[in-house]
Amino acid sequence: MSVIYILITVSIVVAVVFLAAFIAAVRNGQYQDNYTPSVRMLFEDELVKEEESHETDNKQS
Amino acid sequence: MDIAYDNKNFCCTGCRTVYSILAGNGMESYYNLQEAPGMRPGEIHSKYDFLDNTDISAKLLEFHDGPVHVVSLYIPGIHCSSCIWILENLKKLHGGIRESQVDFPKKSIRITYDSNTVSLKEIVQLLASIGYEPNINLQNLESVQGSGNRSLLYKLGIAGFVFGNVMLLSFPEYFEVEEFWLEQYKLFFRWLMFALSLPAVFYVAGDYFVSSYKSIRSGLLNIDVPIALGIAVMFLRSLADITFGYGPGFFDSLTGLIFFMTIGRYLQQRTYDFLSFEHDYKSYFPVAVTRVSGEKEEAVQVNEIVKGDRFLVRNEELIPVDGKLLKGNALIDYSFVTGEAEPVEKQRGDKLFAGGRQLSGLLEIEALGSVSQSYLTRLWSDSTFREKKEDRYSTLTNTVSCYFTPIVLGIAFLSLAYWLYRGYTDVAFNAFTAVLIIACPCALALSAPFALGNLVRIFGRKKFYLKNASVIERLAKTDTIIFDKTGTITTGNSAAITYEGDILNPEEEDMLKSTLRNSSHPLSRQLYTILHSNGILTPDTFQEYQGEGIEATYTEKHIRIGSAGFTGNKNPDIPRKTSVHISTDNHYRGRFTFGNTYREGMLFLFEKLSRKYRLAILSGDNESERSYLEKLLPPGVQMLFNRKPKDKLNYVRQCRNRGAGVMMIGDGLNDAGALQQSDVGVVIAEDTNAFSPACDAILDASRFRDIPQFIDISRKGIQVLKISFVLSFLYNIAGLAFAVSGQLSPVIAAILMPLSSVTIVVFVTVLTNFISRNLK
Repeated sequence: MSVIYILITVSIVVAVVFLAAFIAAVRNGQYQDNYTPSVRMLFEDELVKEEESHETDNKQS
Repeated sequence: MDIAYDNKNFCCTGCRTVYSILAGNGMESYYNLQEAPGMRPGEIHSKYDFLDNTDISAKLLEFHDGPVHVVSLYIPGIHCSSCIWILENLKKLHGGIRESQVDFPKKSIRITYDSNTVSLKEIVQLLASIGYEPNINLQNLESVQGSGNRSLLYKLGIAGFVFGNVMLLSFPEYFEVEEFWLEQYKLFFRWLMFALSLPAVFYVAGDYFVSSYKSIRSGLLNIDVPIALGIAVMFLRSLADITFGYGPGFFDSLTGLIFFMTIGRYLQQRTYDFLSFEHDYKSYFPVAVTRVSGEKEEAVQVNEIVKGDRFLVRNEELIPVDGKLLKGNALIDYSFVTGEAEPVEKQRGDKLFAGGRQLSGLLEIEALGSVSQSYLTRLWSDSTFREKKEDRYSTLTNTVSCYFTPIVLGIAFLSLAYWLYRGYTDVAFNAFTAVLIIACPCALALSAPFALGNLVRIFGRKKFYLKNASVIERLAKTDTIIFDKTGTITTGNSAAITYEGDILNPEEEDMLKSTLRNSSHPLSRQLYTILHSNGILTPDTFQEYQGEGIEATYTEKHIRIGSAGFTGNKNPDIPRKTSVHISTDNHYRGRFTFGNTYREGMLFLFEKLSRKYRLAILSGDNESERSYLEKLLPPGVQMLFNRKPKDKLNYVRQCRNRGAGVMMIGDGLNDAGALQQSDVGVVIAEDTNAFSPACDAILDASRFRDIPQFIDISRKGIQVLKISFVLSFLYNIAGLAFAVSGQLSPVIAAILMPLSSVTIVVFVTVLTNFISRNLK
C-alpha cells in the first residue's frame, strides 16, 4: 500500500501541470475578452473569388 | 430622406458612401449579419491632423518595431456583430492593414499595420469614414491598459486547484472507520493538505488580511475582519490539530471558504468592468492643440501649452485653456460652463474661458495660463471632488459587521469560560476555536455583492448604468430629487422651432433647404431636418459668413439666412431666444425661433415622483420658462433659475445638510460639482458613450420615465438584503450550537459553510430577479 505515496505524488504533479497551463493562458490574455470569440466563430468564411472576369455570387458561402 | 443608389435606399450620403466602399470591396455581407448595422458617419474635419505628430501617435501605439505598428483604439460605436465583422475585415479596405482584432466588451480594436504603407491618421480617417470613428482622448494617451482582473483570475485558479485537491485528500478521514492503512498514511495526507493550503491562505486570501489590518488601524471593523479572523483561526487550529494529532484539521472548509469568496470577488469585478467611470476630466479637452509660433503651426499636447503660447481653435472645437482672443470671430457656446445655450460673441482682446466651444470659424488665442490653472479645473478641484463618495457612507454590510465581530468574540470567550468552569479544558479550547471558525460572515459578505451586484446587472441591461453596488443603497435612501433643466428635462435634439413672418413659397423653401444643407452650423442642421421640401437644388454660389449667416444664389435668385443684421431685419429680437432670419432677393421674409422641448414622459415622471419625493429644478438659463413650467408640472416643485455651477453645488449641499437623501439628475459638465455633492448623481445621456464625469450613474435618455421604478426596486433590493442577513444569522446560530457544545467536527463544518453560501446566493439572486420583473 505504500505505492500510494507515488500515486498521490504523481496525481498532484499532473494537477500542477494543468494549473501552470491555466496561469500561462491567463498571462497570454486568453481571458481578457470573453465575449467576442463567441461572435467571431459564427462568421462564415468567404469563398475565394474567381480569377476570371465573370464574378460569381461570392458574397457568402 | 432617402438617397437612392444601386437599387437601395439610404438615409444620408454618409451611409451611401459606406455602402459604396463596402460594395466596392466585395463586403456586402456586412448588411446580412444584422438588421440595422453601422452608424451614421460624421463629418471628417482636419481634426485628425494631430496624429501626424509622431510624439503623439507614438504614445497611442502599443508596439512598434520597424514598419510593424500595433495600435489600440477605442470605438464607442461598436454595438453589434456586423461591427465586429467589418472591423475584423478592415484589411480588405486598405492593403496596409495586416490584422485587426476587436474586443467587444471593451469596444476596442487592435490594429496591426505597416507604417510604410499606411499612417495612423489614414487608418483613423478610414474608420471614421465608414462610421466607426474612434474616440481618442488624453485617457488613451496616459493610461496603460490595466490588467487588474488578471491577478484575480490567477487567484481563482489557484483557489480552485487547492480546494479540489484538498477535498479529495480529506475524503478518507470523513469516513472515520478504523482502518489500519488509514492510521499509517494519515500523516502524509494531512501534511499534504497543509502544504496545499499554504498558497490559498497566504496568496489568495492575503487581501483579506491586508484589508482587516488597515481597517483595525483606522479603528473600524469592516466585513473583512471576521473573515480574516476566521481564516487565521482555522488555519492555526488545523495546524495545531495535525501537529499534535488531535484530528485532521479544517483544511477542507478553509480552502472551500477561500474558493467561494474568490468566486464572489471575481463575479463582482466582471460586472463592473464594462463601463469605466473614473474618467479624468481631461477627457473633455481636445487631445492636441495647434500651437502657432510665428509662421509655424504645430500640433502639441494640451499640457504642453504654457502662458503666453498662441494656439488655434477651429470651428466646433473646445477651448482648452483660458486665453485672450487675438484673431478671428468668436462665437462661443459656454453651455459646458454656464448651462446657457445661447452663444456669446467676443471681441479681440476679450478673455475667453476654457470649456467654451467655438462656433464660427478659426480663432487664434493667447494662453493666459496652463491647463491646471484654468477656471474649470479649479471648479473641479473643489474639495468635494477629492473625497471619494464611498467613504462618506458605511454600507449596510459594514454596519452589521461592526456588531458581528464583537458578538462572535463574546460568544467564543463565553463558551471558553463555561467549559473551563465545568473543568473540561480541551473541550473548552475546542469550543473556543470552533466558534470562531463556524461563525462565518461569509454568507453575510456574499449577500451584498450578489444581491446588489445582480441589481446593478439588471439595471445595466435596462440602460441605467450604476458605478457600483453601493449606489443602490444610496438610491434606496433618496427622498429629494433635483433636476437640471438644460439637456436633462429638455432634449437638445429636437428644439421646438416656430416661424414668424411671410409664408415662403415652394421655390423659396427649396432654396432655403438647399442652402442650409451646405452649412455645418448646428442651427442650420437643426433647421434643415425639420423642413419639408423635395426639391434640393445646388446653389451657384455659397458663402458662409462667420458669426453672421449664410448666403447663396440660384441662377437669379438670392437668399440670405442668419442673424437679424445680416438679413436686414429692422425689428428687435425676442430677448434671449435664438432666432434665424430669412431674406430672399433682399426682402426680409421672416424668422425661425428655437424654443425648448421637454423630454417625452416628463409630465408623467413628475406626477409620479411628486407623490413621494420632494422635487426641484435648477437651471442656468433665465426665468422665461417659469410660468410655462408652473402650469405644466404638479404643485410643490421648486424652480430656481440663473444658477451657476457653484450655486447648484451649494443648493445640493444645503439639502444634504438638512438630512435629505439627495438624488441629482443632470447632463454633465456644468453640474458636475452638484452631481458629486449629491448622494446619487445621475447623468442623462443621449449617447451613453459621449462622456462620463465623476457621477454615480448614467441613465439612457430613453429610460427617463422609469426613474421611480428604479428607485422603488432599489428599496426592495435592500429589503431582500436584510432578509438574507437574517437567513445567514440562522445558519450561524445552527453552526454555533454545534460549536459551543464542543461537537463541531470537520465534516459538519465542511457541509455547513458551502451550504450556507450557496443557498444564500441562490436565494438572493432569485429574489432580486423577482422584484425587478416589472421593468420592461
